[in-house]
Amino acid sequence: MKFPPSFILPFTIGLLFISCFLVIIVGIWISELSKIDKSRIVHNIFTRKSLLAIRETFSESLLHRKIFRKNPVLGYMHMSLAFGWFLLIVVGHIEAYIHYQSFSVPAYKAIFMRYFITQQSITLSGKILAASMDLLLLFVLSGVVLAYYKRMNSRMFGMKKTTQLKTGDRIALTALWLIFPLRFLAESVSAGVHHNGSIISQPTGHLLSSFLPIQSVEMPLWWAYSGALGLFFFALPVSRYMHIPVEVVMIFLRNYGIKVQKRIDGYSRIQIYSCSRCGICLDSCQMTHAAIKDTQSVYALKHIRNRKITDEKLFNCMLCGRCQPDCPVGLELNSLRMTQRIESTKEYNSSYEYLKNGKVNVSPQTEVIYFAGCMTHLTPAIIKSMKEIFAVADVKYWFMDEDKTACCGRPLMQIGQYNAAQKLIDHNREQILASGVKKLVVSCPICYKVFKEDYALPGITVQHHSEYLLNLITDRRLPINKMPLRIVYHDPCELGRGSGIYLQPRLLLDEYVELIPIQNEKASAYCCGGSLANIKIKMNERTQIRDKALEEYCNYEPDILATACPLCKKTFAKSRILPVHDIAEIVCMSITKSAEISSKTDSEILCKNVAIK
Amino acid sequence: MKDFGFSVIKQRTIDYDQFDGRLLNEVLEMEPSFKVCLSCGGCTATCSAADLVSFNVRRMNLLLRRGETVELETEIQKCMLCGKCMLVCPRGINLRNVIMLIKKSIHKYKPVNL
Amino acid sequence: MKHIVVIGGGIAGMETACALTDAGHWVTVIEKEEQVGGKLNKWSYLFPDFTPADKILDALLEKHSEKDFSILSQTEVLSVNRQNNKFNIETSGKQKLEADAVVVATGYELFDASRKEEYGYKIYDHVITSADLEKLLLPDGDLSVAAGQNPKRIAFVHCVGSRDEKSGNHYCSKVCCITGVKQAIELKKRLPEAEIYCFYMDLRMYGKNFEELYREAQEKYDIQFIRGRLSEASEKIDKSLLIKSEDTLSGRPLKMNVDLLVLLVGMEAGKGTAKAAAACSIGCEESGFLRTSDPFLMSNFSEQEGIFLAGSCTAPMSVNDTILHARSAAQEVNNWLKKNN
Repeated sequence: MKFPPSFILPFTIGLLFISCFLVIIVGIWISELSKIDKSRIVHNIFTRKSLLAIRETFSESLLHRKIFRKNPVLGYMHMSLAFGWFLLIVVGHIEAYIHYQSFSVPAYKAIFMRYFITQQSITLSGKILAASMDLLLLFVLSGVVLAYYKRMNSRMFGMKKTTQLKTGDRIALTALWLIFPLRFLAESVSAGVHHNGSIISQPTGHLLSSFLPIQSVEMPLWWAYSGALGLFFFALPVSRYMHIPVEVVMIFLRNYGIKVQKRIDGYSRIQIYSCSRCGICLDSCQMTHAAIKDTQSVYALKHIRNRKITDEKLFNCMLCGRCQPDCPVGLELNSLRMTQRIESTKEYNSSYEYLKNGKVNVSPQTEVIYFAGCMTHLTPAIIKSMKEIFAVADVKYWFMDEDKTACCGRPLMQIGQYNAAQKLIDHNREQILASGVKKLVVSCPICYKVFKEDYALPGITVQHHSEYLLNLITDRRLPINKMPLRIVYHDPCELGRGSGIYLQPRLLLDEYVELIPIQNEKASAYCCGGSLANIKIKMNERTQIRDKALEEYCNYEPDILATACPLCKKTFAKSRILPVHDIAEIVCMSITKSAEISSKTDSEILCKNVAIK
Repeated sequence: MKDFGFSVIKQRTIDYDQFDGRLLNEVLEMEPSFKVCLSCGGCTATCSAADLVSFNVRRMNLLLRRGETVELETEIQKCMLCGKCMLVCPRGINLRNVIMLIKKSIHKYKPVNL
Repeated sequence: MKHIVVIGGGIAGMETACALTDAGHWVTVIEKEEQVGGKLNKWSYLFPDFTPADKILDALLEKHSEKDFSILSQTEVLSVNRQNNKFNIETSGKQKLEADAVVVATGYELFDASRKEEYGYKIYDHVITSADLEKLLLPDGDLSVAAGQNPKRIAFVHCVGSRDEKSGNHYCSKVCCITGVKQAIELKKRLPEAEIYCFYMDLRMYGKNFEELYREAQEKYDIQFIRGRLSEASEKIDKSLLIKSEDTLSGRPLKMNVDLLVLLVGMEAGKGTAKAAAACSIGCEESGFLRTSDPFLMSNFSEQEGIFLAGSCTAPMSVNDTILHARSAAQEVNNWLKKNN
């Protein structure tokens, strides 16, 4: 038997290395999963879910449908590289199988086929296959050209910023960029020598032969091509291109119902490695409005992966979740950051031993527990409105946190202190259960989220006041007087993206005022900038983020900016550019007609700001 | 910890010459907004934890500036990080970060001879 | 004869106008309200000696009646343009004036206390501002909080809208401390049974006889001073208010039930000043008050030659300081006009 030429070594060794590496690392990660997650894999692997995962792999890892939808040029770039390369491999193998009439062709024979098969195919199918290989390579090369161009000029792709690279990425990127041009050159030169090319490589081979000593450059080019492939495989584990294989694993696990837990485990690592660092998350991040450009999800994941995450970066994020719907890989960006926050603060959880529960005395006729929330005590107009609404609707309620109540625990959770939060949760939960009331109405979305998700309150309905007020209307317990006011509604992060409550506040406002639809709303709504999840951001940076959001709201010239969160209200009200009211206040204004509403825009404030400048 | 029947005797005077400013400097460097506290007490007044236990978040500043690390460490555990204080503070101090910074760094600077 | 336009008919504007008329100039005062006297109309008695505000106002008006200067009331300045050493001024009343010099005396505005939502102004019934209280301090003012019932316990909150990043005002409004002391004494005189508390961060008794009045408040009127900033107020069913503060000197949180809460609102540069600054192209400080050329020798000079500044449009100022500042403005205008002839 003839020994294959030595140039296949870099590729073959590289392929062997990366295959072993992937098997081992994925094995480790899967072994790190919780028992429940492992059983999820076992139970689902031979079900429809695997088919769904294959379909998703095809549409996302290869076609990059989500990036396409967001940005066609960028989508094309990713698709041409991924899908093109994939087809090159598949079609190349088919070509090899046909030629050798066997399925046990070694990979190098398929990859370097034009080197090994020096005669031109004579069958029609062979010609078509050869031509399509040439076209596919051209397709991939077009993607490479775009990638070159993107590095130099990312704005063309509608992106504000492209991600920064580190050494491993640089090597892998260089290798990746070289693979396809080198393949093209090697195949063309071979075509020049052996006349085995097709529609593109053949003419190129002729052209090259006219001024190059193609006989003597043929071998070095195949060496270079194989070397680039080998280099790429070796650099893969330390580069962002790990996302190519890992994302496929992630898609399967996700389809089996595995989610990021509240701790670092195999799946969280798989997600972290699945980040392709496309940088799309940078565009939706409002931190850039305050010129903070190094803490976004893509960087956080990168630093977590490299174990170089600092508190300054980890906690400099509002966890508003705006980046999450945009992530083409569908990573759980907030949860991933959260696992790291939990890890970072796990030694500093307080025990709150001073929490002592007193007797809960609630009359049996009580219909509702009202929990205003810490922040709401600083926006008493909301509390006052709720009280008046309860009176009008004749609801008997227990004002749970009127005086002396522990925090709901969510602010602790947002900075990773889940254990500490649990103490507060247990404390409050005991009181809620002891009251015997079956409905809990909350005015603060931050509290709402934790009550809903982490309190385990069997038989008790937890509602944000926007849901509750809407219920009161449907039950005809509240009068409706539509007011001639134009209103922009700001979705609070914890209520909207955080808890999926988009509809109820809008239905409620529709009953009382004229609601103006705006560009950035619902899942893409802005954060007010006041988020408690960010403990590193400076006050002036919060202001910049807020003002950028207000800028958009002002364009619609609303009479009132409505929101459903005391923190958003406080944050926006401070600017005085628009009058800000909670939806409860708006409902109360309408039904009691007693409160006066300040609907004049404070244009003179803008005047003052202009004068200072 | 076992109680040996004696406790740290608090000095009657604040001896500035003995003051170990490392923790203070670290916190101020990471969170410069903490420099501008004017001790108005708004934070303590609104504090959710202070409703339930004797806790004075304003005094964290003083304890830090007077080097009372032992008391500081036990006191700071009481904070619930609800963030109300920050909505009240007339100087816009980022108190939640201050608390976390102290929590994370205090063990480095605890006096050893106790 | 030189013509000088004074923007603003408050005490600063009126006093400048009087002094300039005395110096032999022709003066026009432009006032946006119907009435001159500005914010002095809002106050009943003045610190530190309880002089009725009317007295000062009447004296100013009397001076005016003796002197011959014109007042364009309910008029605002739209634009001020310099042309060959003259200023062309356009007003909302469609008048076109030509002036040799302009004095900006647009004064201040009171901080809108509803911006400190946590204090409950315009949300709770018995939260009022110092300006509201001033009206009630007149002999016919009704201080009762419920039918026939006078407040038994009253709290004053200092620094509302001043020295407060949350209100956007970092500066000290200077006069609220002494206003609080003055009003506390007046209340105590009217309601000898009431307990009165002042919640302060620092008491800045900077002026003549201010410290003495503070001492008197403690000594003769039993006003109690608590060092702590109010964080919030909440309303009880009986409409009384539960306020929260820290007693910073004892280091413990403090809660108190009061029947009336008085917010000592600070001063802001306000819309009038911002508009004047824009019309005259003169600069503002970060606080919004107008920038003077220097704080010592040129405190009446704006950055624009020929445009002068008088009174509390440059900084929070008491009535007596305003009058002095206005007089010095007139002096500077006069000197400048002489020099430029």
